[in-house]
Amino acid sequence: MTEALIAALFVFVLASFTGFEVINKVPPTLHTPLMSGANAISGIAVIGAILVAGANQGRVSVILGLIAIVLATINVVGGFLVTDRMLQMFKKKEVKA
Amino acid sequence: MSEFLPTGIQLSYLVAASLFIVGLKKLGSPATARQGNFLAAVGMLLAVVATLLERQVLSYEMILVGLAVGSLIGAIAAQKVAMTAMPQMVGLLNGLGGAASALVAVAEFWRLMGTSQAIPLDANVSMLLDVFIGGVTFTGSMIAFAKLQGLISGSPVTFPLQQPINALLLVGFVVGSGYLLVAPENLPIFLAVAGVSLLLGVLFVLPIGGGDMPVVISLLNSLSGLAASAAGFVVMNNMLIIAGALVGASGLILTQIMCKAMNRSLVSVLFSSFGKAGVSGGSG
Repeated sequence: MTEALIAALFVFVLASFTGFEVINKVPPTLHTPLMSGANAISGIAVIGAILVAGANQGRVSVILGLIAIVLATINVVGGFLVTDRMLQMFKKKEVKA
Repeated sequence: MSEFLPTGIQLSYLVAASLFIVGLKKLGSPATARQGNFLAAVGMLLAVVATLLERQVLSYEMILVGLAVGSLIGAIAAQKVAMTAMPQMVGLLNGLGGAASALVAVAEFWRLMGTSQAIPLDANVSMLLDVFIGGVTFTGSMIAFAKLQGLISGSPVTFPLQQPINALLLVGFVVGSGYLLVAPENLPIFLAVAGVSLLLGVLFVLPIGGGDMPVVISLLNSLSGLAASAAGFVVMNNMLIIAGALVGASGLILTQIMCKAMNRSLVSVLFSSFGKAGVSGGSG
């Protein structure tokens, strides 16, 4: 195995532990918004799509990459906006102006 | 100068990853949730801009068009959707993310096929994992969306030999993957393996009742994170690996919390209709 792969595995495992620790005792009303916010973050795939499409090697790869960019961007933008809409509903005690 | 830009990109990734972590943390408590969502969005913007500056990104025009089209569709969809339709909206968006991750692997496979160099083993494993998880996330989320939206029946769909068929497909995937690891340069087999993944996603969600769909969507959300992480291993990008792993792990915890809130176990949610096919008529 290459050194780069080992380093990447370290990053993956440590980030996973962080993800486990970040979530605790979430009130039920926040389940859906939290799921939605995390879902928007998983749209990070857009970065992979940009890298593949931007490499500009082979027409099929570029086209597939571009489709992936559009889909992932819908996920990101739609995800964050939808989460914000949900959270606006809870705004009873004026959460930060 | 030549060292300046790559360093800047990596540092931007570090900031973006931190924003994701803080954002997720804040999303978990009512007073700070909105701020947390905003911070995560800022992190995403930063990550995308940094990636556009990567040296290997050669052509911008089409990428910018793609980003614009996606943003427009996403913004309109987020405005139009009814408040009551939020769970299926999240499911739909999640499916698109999974599809994007899977497409990254397919595109990369196609690109490597076009070059003269052999596909390295680790890249191959990453691509197969990416296609599998991304594919299952895509079709599974679409079925979850269709069930909640009422496009198909919300009650568990079961049919004879369901389990053997699933097992057979899984074996097919493993065999196909094994073949590709030995002889990587085989596009038809790669596409067949991708097709099996898509089919498995459909069959995985069909037997689950509509009432359990939020839990399933949460689980699929976790999977789409893992798919993004796998895509990160495909293109060797830390930002993707970190963000994907964060979502994968936090999504799993959230799934468990949601199960507990319903007094169910994850196993019973996922597999209850398998054991007693046809008995349960409780639709969501």
